[in-house]
Amino acid sequence: MAKDAVHAGYLPLLDSAVLVVAARFGFAERHGVDLQIHRERSWAAIRDRMSVGHFDCAQMPAPMPIAMSLSHGPLTARTFAPLVLNTGGNAVTVGNELAAALADESPVDASPAAIGAALRFATARLAERNGRPLRFAVVHRFSGHNYDLRYWLAASGIRPDADIEITVVPPSLLPEALASGQIDGFSAGEPWNTIAVRAEVGEIVATKVEIAPRTPEKVLGVSEPFLIERQDVLKRLIAALIEAGRWCDTAGNHGELARLMADPRHVGVDSSHLLPGLSGNLETASSGGRAVADFLTFAKPGMSRPDPSFAAWLHRQMVRWDHSHRTPETDAIVRGVFRPDIFAAATGDDPGDRAAEAAFDTDRHSRLFDGGLSELSQD
Amino acid sequence: MSAEISILIFDENKVRAAIIEAGLREAGHEKVAVVGEILGLVKRIETLQPDVIVVDLENPNRDQLEHFFQVSRSVKKPVAMFVDRSDSEAISAAVEAGVSAYIVDGLKKERVKPILDMAVSRFNAFHRLSRELDEARSELAGRKLIDRAKGILMRKRGLSEPEAYRLLQRCAMNENRRIADVAQSLISASSLLGDL
Repeated sequence: MAKDAVHAGYLPLLDSAVLVVAARFGFAERHGVDLQIHRERSWAAIRDRMSVGHFDCAQMPAPMPIAMSLSHGPLTARTFAPLVLNTGGNAVTVGNELAAALADESPVDASPAAIGAALRFATARLAERNGRPLRFAVVHRFSGHNYDLRYWLAASGIRPDADIEITVVPPSLLPEALASGQIDGFSAGEPWNTIAVRAEVGEIVATKVEIAPRTPEKVLGVSEPFLIERQDVLKRLIAALIEAGRWCDTAGNHGELARLMADPRHVGVDSSHLLPGLSGNLETASSGGRAVADFLTFAKPGMSRPDPSFAAWLHRQMVRWDHSHRTPETDAIVRGVFRPDIFAAATGDDPGDRAAEAAFDTDRHSRLFDGGLSELSQD
Repeated sequence: MSAEISILIFDENKVRAAIIEAGLREAGHEKVAVVGEILGLVKRIETLQPDVIVVDLENPNRDQLEHFFQVSRSVKKPVAMFVDRSDSEAISAAVEAGVSAYIVDGLKKERVKPILDMAVSRFNAFHRLSRELDEARSELAGRKLIDRAKGILMRKRGLSEPEAYRLLQRCAMNENRRIADVAQSLISASSLLGDL
């Protein structure tokens, strides 16, 4: 039987693992899907190729399909997210100068609240000493890296865009930008935090999973024609990706996974740089590290279902930072981007997922590191 | 907006950038600038205030560039990749060719379309030339191997040049290989035996 070809775009990042594993290790094939993966060099290129129909789907930061559906960008098309590809995986790394200033403030522990409080004083002192506001980089405007960082800074009393300038730098250039003093810190996925620490140009000071626990990081962005005209193929692809995700979550497979992703065709870095992100045993500074539970997970039960209430929260973050606007029309569009209905149809509506989802909902007010009340109660 | 359109080409590939620049100049555009790397790009954009920026689609700095357009107060903000979003065929052809372009608001599509068409056709011509050059290089290398192999056969077996060539050809046909590959094997074997 001929397999159904699906073209998927991805960037060279550790959390593209699920797509790569599904394509290279036979998961897609077992579901009758001929998954062709295409590596790109920017989110802009992924967006463009999705918009003109070169790709049926792609790895995307969770805010990206929302931004595309709202026509934020020079070339866009309606895009849907029927599956979460991973949660966590990102960290905030600061340069040595800021790390030293932060240590001077003696944060009480490594929690985002304690580090954030110390960071507020450290950035103020450093900005005054250097005579310029600090500058952090994220990898894309419409990304979890950006909105998690902004949320954390603002909750810590640091005003993004005023106290800290936030710019965009491609991931692979981040360690170098930190080394040259072009930026004072960055929020990015692995392996770029680990690589910066190992190059002794910075320290990891916070992680996404601690700032915004259990929230989606990358999703499977799907084009409208794929979702509507080939839904059967899409459902089989989702099933294959969840199986691949569970394989990626299995600690015993991490060595093999790191070797696969290290290949020049995929991430193209030494496989040893990929292991801390997979195990959660982070090397946070050249002098030590700490274990972060669930630092990066791909398909833990209850985590793969895209929750429209989270999409709404993301859009409120976009509005908060003046990256979008809110009207009844935008609310209606945003509500339709995350597609738990397709997910349920593909997975047979696993009751375990339902239970986890219910817990997620009642627990909304504690899902962010600071309680998140001010943001979520606006609903 | 009848003034001369200012165009900036941002491409890390210098040869390709030069080919597009030449095309635009031939078409009568005088305000054309080329930048090869992200360093200094922002300053150039602020100085030149381009109406159209042509960027290779695969450029890794595009996310950074788009961010700059969003936050900058000192430049005209490009709003679209193509003026006419309904012309899906032209858009697809551009993406296929590896061309992306940023266009400031208010330009008439009749003025922009020729610029984009030019960039697309020159991108395609460039890639075709690169491919042909690669093929020509490998053909040339193959011919050199065959000449050396013929020389060995002529010396060792006292054959004429046409006979040597026919022998290589027959061998290639029997083994279902390219003549250049047979020639390469012969040269390697000969070298191992110390005959060269």
